Amino acid sequence: MKNNTADKIVWAKKDLLGLEYLSREEIEVILYTAQSFKEVTTRQIKKVPALRGKTVVNLFYEPSTRTRASFELAAKRLSADVINIEVEASSVKKGETLIDTGRNIEALKIDIIVVRHNCSGAPNILARSVKSSVVNAGDGWHEHPTQALLDMFTLKSKLGHIEGLRVSIIGDIAHSRVARSNIWGMTKLVAEVTVCAPPMLIPEGIEKMGVKVTSDLDEALKNTDAINVLRMQFERDTQKAFPTKLEYFKQYGITDQRLKKCKKDIVVMHPGPINRGIEMSSDVADGANSVILEQVTNGIAVRMAVLYLVAHAKREIVA
Amino acid sequence: MGLKEKSKILNKEGIEKALERIAHEIIEKLKSIEDVAIVGIKNRGAYLGERLADKVKSITSTSPPVGALDITLYRDDLTQISEQPIVHATEIDFDIDGKIIILVDDVLFTGRTIRCALDALIDFGRPAQIQLAVLVDRGHRELPIRADYVGKNVPTSLKEVVEARLEETDGRDEVVICEKVE
Repeated sequence: MKNNTADKIVWAKKDLLGLEYLSREEIEVILYTAQSFKEVTTRQIKKVPALRGKTVVNLFYEPSTRTRASFELAAKRLSADVINIEVEASSVKKGETLIDTGRNIEALKIDIIVVRHNCSGAPNILARSVKSSVVNAGDGWHEHPTQALLDMFTLKSKLGHIEGLRVSIIGDIAHSRVARSNIWGMTKLVAEVTVCAPPMLIPEGIEKMGVKVTSDLDEALKNTDAINVLRMQFERDTQKAFPTKLEYFKQYGITDQRLKKCKKDIVVMHPGPINRGIEMSSDVADGANSVILEQVTNGIAVRMAVLYLVAHAKREIVA
Repeated sequence: MGLKEKSKILNKEGIEKALERIAHEIIEKLKSIEDVAIVGIKNRGAYLGERLADKVKSITSTSPPVGALDITLYRDDLTQISEQPIVHATEIDFDIDGKIIILVDDVLFTGRTIRCALDALIDFGRPAQIQLAVLVDRGHRELPIRADYVGKNVPTSLKEVVEARLEETDGRDEVVICEKVE
């Protein structure tokens, strides 16, 4: 129960922009704090007053149901007030810039801006322009830090630790912010990360991030402790990389037969929504090794931890 | 600013005796301990809660359920304090509805911690009663809160700090008064 790392560190960051910018200790503080919030989510009264009087805005430039709902629930369970701004309904359509939108939100005395944007780096620009805290809920192909944090939290709950684990990330690595955040986070916690994808979906230079790279699924599955299976984003431009969905499933789909050759207690993760019969078969998605729904539950605890930490970050006092 | 140790008000034996006396008082006051549960306030109160439960058990040979409460999320000074406190998990794995809860803490001072603990506890259910046991009451209440069981009453000045140290957290059992020095 006692966590020495978490006892010493004080969280000082006003924003959570990506796992690239965090130290191992900071990631561990988030995971430790999330463990405490997990307990809150199991109570009959799933609400604590830690963010009472604070306001959180969900500023979403890209459609999202689950991430937005998860952040909204997290904020509400901390007793914060929440408003949702979606791009179609806002003045962005009328030509307002991101920075102007941010400043207007700040003028409304909002404490935390949770932002999802289709451009990589948009949350960083926003964070520099406003005093409110900014939490990245996914930006372009860059990062989706809270998804990776909940993946690591789930993995740690299942296997007890992250250090030394072999984790394979399988699927569209090139277009995946989830993959990028996972790689930053897991390598900082000293897991051995392998990425596996069809050659066209492996970005050049990815091995510089400290991962092994392969296009052979059997190699990625061999002796691995956990797999994180990414969604094939057919709505994005992936047709060129792969001719048909069926072809992808044959070569890269996770099936029961393939799982039988793996470690018996291999942990199967997926950030959702699943394309059944493309990335994995239904018997795997619903099978004993799958933690996909636990990831969803843990997502709330992790996001509560992040909102709590950035809201109460020890700030520099400017005279 | 540092702290200078002035005097020791309880040693290992003193703490032991105080807890034993509190255990006897609880049993005497409540007649039946069937519905009693003990909840300690983290960190040190949680260990004292466990010790108190052991004492109750050795007298009555029934062990009351024991839990530990983390009150960080209920603090009224979250926006004022300079260091961000780490949030620890609350561990209450029994139903508190209808129970007589003995809330345990090390030092009773302003009463604000107890106020938080009452709020936190009530989010878990509706106990029949909540009573308060503390190892040391040093006075200077800022809220209308009092203890039902006190190990030792110690008059102090606001310049002083009362530190309870326990084997589990500090490697030794003692309560000392320190003075703030510039």
